[in-house]
Amino acid sequence: MKNTDTAGLEKEFQDRIDRGEIIEPKDWMPERYRKQLIRMMSQHAHSEVVGMLPEGNWITRAPSLRRKAVLLAKVQDEAGHGLYIYSAAETLGADRKDLLAEFLSGRAKYSSIFNYPTLTWADMGAIGWLVDGAAIINQTALAKCSYGPYARAMIRICKEENFHHKQGYEILSTLMKGSLPQRAMAQDAVNRWWWPSLMMFGPQDANSPNSEELLRWKVKKYSNDELRQRFIDRTVPQAEHIGLSFPDPLLKWNEKRRHYDFGKINWEEFFNVINGRGPCNRERMKARKKADEDGLWVRLAAEAYAAKHPNLN
Amino acid sequence: MSSKNKPGNDLFLYLLRLGDTSLVLSHRLAEWCGHGPILEEDIAMTNISLDLIGQARILLGYASRVEGKGRSEDDLAYLREERAFYNVLLAEQPNGDFACTMVRQLFISSYQFFLFEALQKSADETIAAFAAKSLKEVTYHLRHSSEWVLRLGDGTAESREKTVQAVNELWMYTRDLFDMDSVDRNLLTAGIAPDMNLVKEKWEQKITGVLKESTIPVPPSDAWMASGSREGKHTEHLGYLLAEMQILPRTYPGASW
Ligand SMILES: [Fe+2]
Ligand SMILES: [Fe+2]
Repeated sequence: MKNTDTAGLEKEFQDRIDRGEIIEPKDWMPERYRKQLIRMMSQHAHSEVVGMLPEGNWITRAPSLRRKAVLLAKVQDEAGHGLYIYSAAETLGADRKDLLAEFLSGRAKYSSIFNYPTLTWADMGAIGWLVDGAAIINQTALAKCSYGPYARAMIRICKEENFHHKQGYEILSTLMKGSLPQRAMAQDAVNRWWWPSLMMFGPQDANSPNSEELLRWKVKKYSNDELRQRFIDRTVPQAEHIGLSFPDPLLKWNEKRRHYDFGKINWEEFFNVINGRGPCNRERMKARKKADEDGLWVRLAAEAYAAKHPNLN
Repeated sequence: MSSKNKPGNDLFLYLLRLGDTSLVLSHRLAEWCGHGPILEEDIAMTNISLDLIGQARILLGYASRVEGKGRSEDDLAYLREERAFYNVLLAEQPNGDFACTMVRQLFISSYQFFLFEALQKSADETIAAFAAKSLKEVTYHLRHSSEWVLRLGDGTAESREKTVQAVNELWMYTRDLFDMDSVDRNLLTAGIAPDMNLVKEKWEQKITGVLKESTIPVPPSDAWMASGSREGKHTEHLGYLLAEMQILPRTYPGASW
């Protein structure tokens, strides 16, 4: 049976959450709260790092020096986000090395969106606009979550995400003002990235196992479906503005709901990709494992050097 | 390439040499993106790559104005062929392993450091301003790469072995950094460019120091040296790099991005 002390502490903890207080690393928290946060934050950090790969794929082929510089800066930001969120997770007693090991062994997940290939330059636009756009909606919500270090990390990161979103939209709107093949390239990218972006908000509320608890702890402030709807409502007018459409015949403004209605998401695809059966899962994991293995001698050298010269650091 | 016709042409070629070096090295570093040995190093290498692309844009932008034929910075970057690129040979060498990348960086950052230091006093104000701004960036690149060469050279037996090999493989491209032709000599006379022999002396002193501290032997002075970048004669690697870099503007002529 539950220790009465723990029960008391848990009640007090929930009261604090309900009063809208922010939990800091040294505060008492239920083990399960700590675990769930470490899981979420490490998944988030892994996603930032894996996310470097699909866009890194186009830096060397960016079609102008300005675009190249912007894309480089963006991908560098994502690496920074990864680092920043790993540090935030470490405030909960997790160790980045262990988190990384869990990721490389395939036990920890990362956002399934990065398991899709970047086939044309327009994909850089679609990712910035849709993927970072979806990330902004998710992360703006997380910026109000109950765990202080995570919330603060999100506030800082969201500023950069807005720049990512803008540069993506700018890539697509430039393409849409271009030649026929350029416009086709833009539309094709949007066709491929639209549905996967909607899946970024996670399963429908009815099928989201962790949601209820996370909402109660205010780790999540809104449900997956709420955030998805917010993203769609915000994005559809932007598409219309530059002459892009989405591959969903059911997508339509609903005056009664004051929201856009949309078609059925292919959840089978979502769960397939989450569970390793997506177009680039193997490649992404292989690339990260190779980076880790190839980098081992470098890390060992740095350790050996530090041990030989203890006064230097 | 003959340059005796117009003094502007010397300046144009000189700017291409500097700009192409930054551009091509930036490209190589960007290839590491997402594949670095640690996340911090992914950030550092993209950071250096970003500085270099910024340098390339200033230099090629200025080259475009000096040329005055309406070719933009992008036209210069994307529509010139291999034989019209003038980056130093070292910049286009493949990344190899991390030791190779860091040794290449050390060699080039050190070259850029002493070159830009001298160019701060250039009679050409645009170049002088560029050099002063870029020197700050290059100071960081040089510190970063020398710290790594130190750690790798004086780290484990394996890392030392890899670093020795990287130095031996890349050494042959280091004389090309300092070769002087009529362009350099004319600009030297005009007070625009420095004497590369003086830059070379400082470079050798710096590199010898770093290699010694890293326990890495300095290659013999009679080692065979490649050259050719001043005339746009490259190694076989550049063609592939440009094919990749230039594919979109060449596939869609005249398109805006
Ligand atoms: Fe991010
Ligand atoms: Fe982003």
